[in-house]
Amino acid sequence: MTVAQSTASYRRSRSSAVAAGRARPTAGVLRDGLALGGRSLRRLRRSPGKLIGITMNPVVTMITVGYLFAGALVLRGASPYPEYILAGAVVQVGLASLGPTAIGTSTDVQSGIIDRLLTLPISRMGMLVGHTLSDLAAAVAGVVVVVLVGVGLGWRTHADGASTALGFALAVLFIYAMVWVGVAIGLLSKNLETIESVSSLVLVVFSFLSNAFVSVDGLPVWIQPFAAANPVSTVITACRLLWGNPIGTASAVPVPYAVPLGVASALMILVLAVAASRAALRRMVQR
Amino acid sequence: MATLNRGATVALAVEAEGLQKNYRGHQALRGVDLAVPEGSVLALLGPNGAGKTTTTRILATLCSLDGGRAVVAGHDVVREPQQVRRQIGVTGQYAALDDLLTGRENLRLVGRLLHLSRRQAARRAEDLLQQMGLVEAADRPTGTYSGGMRRRLDLAGSLVGDPPVLFLDEPTTGLDPTSRLTLWDMVRRQVRSGMSVLLTTQYLEEAEQLADRVVVIDHGQVVAEGTPEDLTRAVGGDWIEVSFTSTDDLYAALAVVSRAADGLATVREDRCSLTVAVPPGLGTVAAVSTALSRSGLQVDQFVLRRPSLDDVFVQLTGRERGGPS
Repeated sequence: MTVAQSTASYRRSRSSAVAAGRARPTAGVLRDGLALGGRSLRRLRRSPGKLIGITMNPVVTMITVGYLFAGALVLRGASPYPEYILAGAVVQVGLASLGPTAIGTSTDVQSGIIDRLLTLPISRMGMLVGHTLSDLAAAVAGVVVVVLVGVGLGWRTHADGASTALGFALAVLFIYAMVWVGVAIGLLSKNLETIESVSSLVLVVFSFLSNAFVSVDGLPVWIQPFAAANPVSTVITACRLLWGNPIGTASAVPVPYAVPLGVASALMILVLAVAASRAALRRMVQR
Repeated sequence: MATLNRGATVALAVEAEGLQKNYRGHQALRGVDLAVPEGSVLALLGPNGAGKTTTTRILATLCSLDGGRAVVAGHDVVREPQQVRRQIGVTGQYAALDDLLTGRENLRLVGRLLHLSRRQAARRAEDLLQQMGLVEAADRPTGTYSGGMRRRLDLAGSLVGDPPVLFLDEPTTGLDPTSRLTLWDMVRRQVRSGMSVLLTTQYLEEAEQLADRVVVIDHGQVVAEGTPEDLTRAVGGDWIEVSFTSTDDLYAALAVVSRAADGLATVREDRCSLTVAVPPGLGTVAAVSTALSRSGLQVDQFVLRRPSLDDVFVQLTGRERGGPS
């Protein structure tokens, strides 16, 4: 019997709710994303350790440099200092959530959960979106904590409500982009230890070699071009401008372009990370 | 697959022709053919690395193929993967569960992803928890489950959509004997309700217990196919198995037994024993036992038995099951 004949003679012998399935285009992404997002929110509630990691890093850095070292640090163009560093700490939440997201994704790959999901008639994109939603929620909670601590240290916004909200929206966009970078890393790397060391390196390098806690011209001269080109610096400058906070003596980018450039950098990272994640998932099926 | 061709009206739940898969120059599958008639169980039997999991992954749309074609539940796995996914359930070697979610939540999640309504998903989860004997554990995170419970819940997860075709990749590897019996029972129940099953296993007993037909693969190729009875018959008549208390005696006896039985005996070092095929009648049995008692070697047990699939495997692949591959 050839394959063609067997296809023709195959009868669906069982009534199946799934067999009665329908064609679903993009609505599937949302639906599947939400179902899986619900799963990861439950995980977060049951294992809130992730939240501590994402929140504590920026909070500790902020308290260390903004409170403990405040008397010892005199930074040109960066005063009042708590107003200067808040944008840095908020953006650091994004860098800090990259690692936990990557580890969560990689764990799903290794535990076989991803295989189970891939054999279900669900949207691949929805599967990845589901992964990012709870991490985004955790990061937003982290931002709230960081802002509360910042206010305690003396941070205030000097812009109107719309501009302030836009600043936070940009920060959250950047954080979401970082979560996607985490998904891509988690799908690409099989080794949890590698992921852990790479992501803590990213956290340190990208937050300290930027204008997050010091003005770029306060860094060693040879580091300055890197810090200025660091998209983290661009996003931070944009947030500072939108919140009416000091931007330091040397801005990472020309002030008039800081906000559009910040949005563009965050969007670009997001698009690239989503594309990389999709490609990694496709490659996984090729194996 | 000659026997299948005769029954031209038999509908096939799974049919694969000439499956090929290469991994960086290594040929994992070199043209595997298999067919699962609707409502039957096919066991894919082979040692580690034979290509069992790769075959299952291709059929379950988890892996691309480099040659051949496969049709599952009437849909081509390459051209219509999404249609195939609506018709299959898959239980892999490792339980695909979220350890932080409870058993009930795991099943409901699968239901939601299969686009059942919230209520349908909840009802289906209850049904399956009942069937799998997991009602009492339903509200505990699956991280606290025993190995057997995890496999049962995983099997339940693959049954949520009531799929006509089920793939079980080594469903009982690493389970204790009681859990294995329970799981076999669960699988049999599904088969009775008309499900078609492709099962991979390294355990010959599992194939004998569950399968209507067996395909033996080794090094990515089919080396034998038939009912469990066909395969054991192919190996020939009865076997003598003689076990010894020391490997020195074992190897010393190899020549003695081979000469007496007029055929080469096979060493089973894992059991410290020799097996040799004997023709019908008691002549050879008497000759072997006489030769052994004269040799003065320490015989632990002397057994005359029907060939098992284990023997089939040794015969077909020229080495012991589970040996280096």
